[in-house]
Amino acid sequence: MKLLMIDTSTIVATAAVLDEDRLIAETIVNYKKKHSEKMLPSIDHMLQDSGLKLGDIDVFGVVNGPGSFTGLRIGMATAKGFAQALGKPMVTVSTLEALAANVCVTDAAICPTVDAQRGQVYAALYQSDRDAAELNLKNTMAEGVYDVDALCEKLNAVNAPVIILGDGLKKHGSKLLAAVPKARTAPAFLSMNRASSAAAVGLKKIQQGQTVDCFQAGLNYLRKSSAEEQREKKLAQEAQHHE
Amino acid sequence: MKILSIESSCDETAAAIIENGRRILANQVYTQIAIHRKYGGVVPEIASRNHVMKMPFVIQDALDEAQLTFDDLDAVAVTKGPGLVGALLVGVSTAKALAYALDKPLIGVNHIEGHIAANYLAFPELEPPFLALVVSGGHTNLVIVKDYGTNIILGRTRDDAAGEAFDKVARVLGYPYPGGPAVDQAAQAGDPQAIDFPRVMLEKDSYDFSFSGLKSAVLNELNHRKMKHIPYKREDVAASFQAAVLDVLTEKTIRCAEAYGLKKIVVAGGVSANKGLRARMDAAAKQHGWQLYYPPLSLCTDNAAMIGARAYYDFKLGRTSGWDLNAVPGLELPGIDRDRV
Repeated sequence: MKLLMIDTSTIVATAAVLDEDRLIAETIVNYKKKHSEKMLPSIDHMLQDSGLKLGDIDVFGVVNGPGSFTGLRIGMATAKGFAQALGKPMVTVSTLEALAANVCVTDAAICPTVDAQRGQVYAALYQSDRDAAELNLKNTMAEGVYDVDALCEKLNAVNAPVIILGDGLKKHGSKLLAAVPKARTAPAFLSMNRASSAAAVGLKKIQQGQTVDCFQAGLNYLRKSSAEEQREKKLAQEAQHHE
Repeated sequence: MKILSIESSCDETAAAIIENGRRILANQVYTQIAIHRKYGGVVPEIASRNHVMKMPFVIQDALDEAQLTFDDLDAVAVTKGPGLVGALLVGVSTAKALAYALDKPLIGVNHIEGHIAANYLAFPELEPPFLALVVSGGHTNLVIVKDYGTNIILGRTRDDAAGEAFDKVARVLGYPYPGGPAVDQAAQAGDPQAIDFPRVMLEKDSYDFSFSGLKSAVLNELNHRKMKHIPYKREDVAASFQAAVLDVLTEKTIRCAEAYGLKKIVVAGGVSANKGLRARMDAAAKQHGWQLYYPPLSLCTDNAAMIGARAYYDFKLGRTSGWDLNAVPGLELPGIDRDRV
């Protein structure tokens, strides 16, 4: 069973092919956001280098959020196109859970983050264990959009060291590390999105029967469009005014 | 040759299957108008979110309508621009993945050329050369389509597109989105001579357009009347505004046709659905002995059928795309400027 995983949720454009036994191939470009131009040629090269054809893939995986709205859609539309053309199932993986899988061999709490702009981060908490021979992440704080202060408070309530990962650290790392004494970071190469990690999470979901088809697969933006937010705010204010 | 074509440049999610550039085997459009109406216009992020969820459905519906499978297709085409970048990217990413997975050629199509090609679907006998007036929410162009691969650009808008002016005037008059059809309908009931709005013709020999001054004139007139409590019928404002736009469009088209000795005239783009424009162009055709073409209403607004029609000619010209195809939001109508002919 071969899984092709695509992740264009952040500045990293990455894809990997995984089966039950091994990571067969992976491509990672952590440079400039030109995902629309680069992702498909990268996948093409990766498949050619590993002697595979797209038709050899059994399940098409995609990282489905949170992250850059446009980036997420490039990955999702690509994965849906593959799955629809070849009549194959899909699997979707959280950006945050995939990040947490990067450092799964630990007893520390794992806090993956993705920059959400406006002084906020998308974040969640996971627990693994340091003897993890198999991936076994438990979600201990739900995915959400967090103000940095609120996240610090949540992390300080955790009764263990916390490894903070992801591009939320770029803007908010110094604040998080100063406000959370038990916080630490991981080396940069483990703190970024890697499709192999997402694929490992995806493989587990496939084994648990959590596949979807190309019509069902959806994105988990965790945030509405600003037009919707503004409209809801306005309607709420009007409703309050009428009371 | 059967081409699956995809269009997602604005708020229509569309897929079609076109044979040899001329025959519609399937034409599916999922319109998001109802979704965007409550915001008074297209919200790009919401449009993109809907595109990515609806796209597989319109593609499957197109296959079902044509009673074909993916294996029966010879190529995949997609609108590469112009349009909203996030919206375009959904179609482009989908088409690339489909073409790659099916091992078929990929054809990135210019949306404005697609509008012109809508007429190839409606009129089997229509072939270049002809003069085309392309008017839509994003574009206003006068172009000689010399052959399937060569456009000579005579004029383009220097500021707002005609359709853009329609949408803005509709909004200030309080008509719901999309404003163009509402203004057209209101104009039928109004007096086109009620208010004398400017007809901006620019330089004597220019075929370019400018509609931002007209738009401002309408806004100023309405503000003035509101301040001075001068009553007005909005049907009259709509009719007077529309008359000003149509005067310019018709006059410039007539001038071009005469200057270049062309009798075959094609009208394309969303505004070609405008009843007032059609009436004016019909009258001009009668007066000047034109063969006049405009697409049926269903092919005036954004659709994928027109993209599939254009894609056939792009393919014949060897204009296929690589796997690095990207969306180009500001894409212009390709062609040679008349000054350089």
